[in-house]
Amino acid sequence: MATFFGEVLSVYSRAVEEEEEDVDEENEEDEEIRRELEQKREVVLHWSPEVSEALRSGNKLQCSDFILAVGHNAASFLSAYVLSSANWDAVGHASVWNERSRAVTGQHSEESACVFHRRKDNPSVLICQVTCYLAEDQLFQWTEKVFECLQHRELNVMVLSDGSVADYKTADYLCSSSAPFLRSLHTGAFSDRPVCQPLEQPNIITGLPAAVLNHCQVHRVAAVVYQCYSDVIGPDSVTMETYKLALTRLGRSIQLDPF
Amino acid sequence: MFISSQNSEPSFKGFTLVMPAVAVGNVGQLAVDLIVSTLNMSRVGHIHTDCLIPMAGNNPYATCKEDAEELHTPAEVYTAAELKLAVLQIRAPIVQTKSKKFRQLLVSWIKASGFSRTVVLSSSHAYQRDDQQLQGTPLRYLVTPSLLKVSADALKELGWREMERVSAFPGLTDANTEPRLYIPGGGITKGLYTDSCTEDLSLAVLLLFCSEGDNIPDAFTLVNHLNDWLQLLDNHSPEPNKWKIPPSWNLLFGSGIPPALF
Repeated sequence: MATFFGEVLSVYSRAVEEEEEDVDEENEEDEEIRRELEQKREVVLHWSPEVSEALRSGNKLQCSDFILAVGHNAASFLSAYVLSSANWDAVGHASVWNERSRAVTGQHSEESACVFHRRKDNPSVLICQVTCYLAEDQLFQWTEKVFECLQHRELNVMVLSDGSVADYKTADYLCSSSAPFLRSLHTGAFSDRPVCQPLEQPNIITGLPAAVLNHCQVHRVAAVVYQCYSDVIGPDSVTMETYKLALTRLGRSIQLDPF
Repeated sequence: MFISSQNSEPSFKGFTLVMPAVAVGNVGQLAVDLIVSTLNMSRVGHIHTDCLIPMAGNNPYATCKEDAEELHTPAEVYTAAELKLAVLQIRAPIVQTKSKKFRQLLVSWIKASGFSRTVVLSSSHAYQRDDQQLQGTPLRYLVTPSLLKVSADALKELGWREMERVSAFPGLTDANTEPRLYIPGGGITKGLYTDSCTEDLSLAVLLLFCSEGDNIPDAFTLVNHLNDWLQLLDNHSPEPNKWKIPPSWNLLFGSGIPPALF
């Protein structure tokens, strides 16, 4: 498009990227590269020997509660308030590579980005902490692969997710003292009462919490997402404490030690 | 794939399907929002696929507190049985590498469902129009051969303008380059149209030349244009603005302004 200064600029659309010419004209080498790249981006779940054994021949894990933390504050909240008691076993991790993954300097960083824990005395409670970035084409895949391992009957899912108050739209301008705060979204099958207000129009959630909600809605699993809107980008104790509200529900289902 | 949100599979046989293409200005999607909101359509199912970027939100068409907390997903199907109308709303961009897969998914779902005809609402970059297209109405249509057989008279009566084929290299008078269909900014529109011709589907495309910006007026233009053909609304009401804007259109351009700014 021409500007008033006589230059021609390409126009950016919020809806569509410029379309590539049809992929049919790819030669074999391009196809090979594309296939290799796809393989590299695949989400792979690594379970402990015990869990792998339980999942053999298409069996699913007995699971009554699945708690997922997405983001550093949500993950740290679970580490501090739930996983700190010695009652949890690490039972697996997911390896996810995409363009934003930094070069893995040792096994440690890859393993800690997406970890699964199971309660020792009640193995039907599973916790997962995700602190790595999942690309848009990996979200659905991660969700399908994880939920494929869990039996859906009477499964309850809770997702704690970090968000930025900059993404929260409201008619009355929020003064900074109101952040951090929680908003909830739940599937049709969720019959409990959320611990906070529902997410108002026109706000939406994206990323892994959205992928999990989509799966649960469509497969009629009871699920709730607590999205925490904070004005601090990094790990922050005040933000972490905001998730305490969700503990009241968590405590009931996974018999948390009182503190 | 299509998953019903009710206890039984809905029947779409003989229905008209209206769907948007995710295209410049999101005009098709906004127009579909107006249709669902005004006709108070009920949701009957989801298209659950890895081809769309995941998103979730509460009910975008909520009318009262009771129905506000219903979860909605990136691609959902709504129906208005009395009008034999089904609408697919797409709320998220298509994952870049999955465009072809998504088109195939749509084509097979349309075929399997038995829709009598499909109308795709779309848009195209206004700045890419050639000299010919700059004049007259910004609305265009395309129709597959199967639908042309049935609707040729109706389209003629409406006096609509068919989307022109343009030369691949404007300005060059090379006889080797045949004029071709070109819908820049239209997302999967062109691919879906050509696939439908190949698969012998009854499909029409209604598109509008527009630019990114406040595309609400464009949505109204497109939906009124569609209404001229499909007669979705009762035409007896004299008011020009008979479409109902859904609550999800609030704050399209951001939150309220902080008073301290002034």
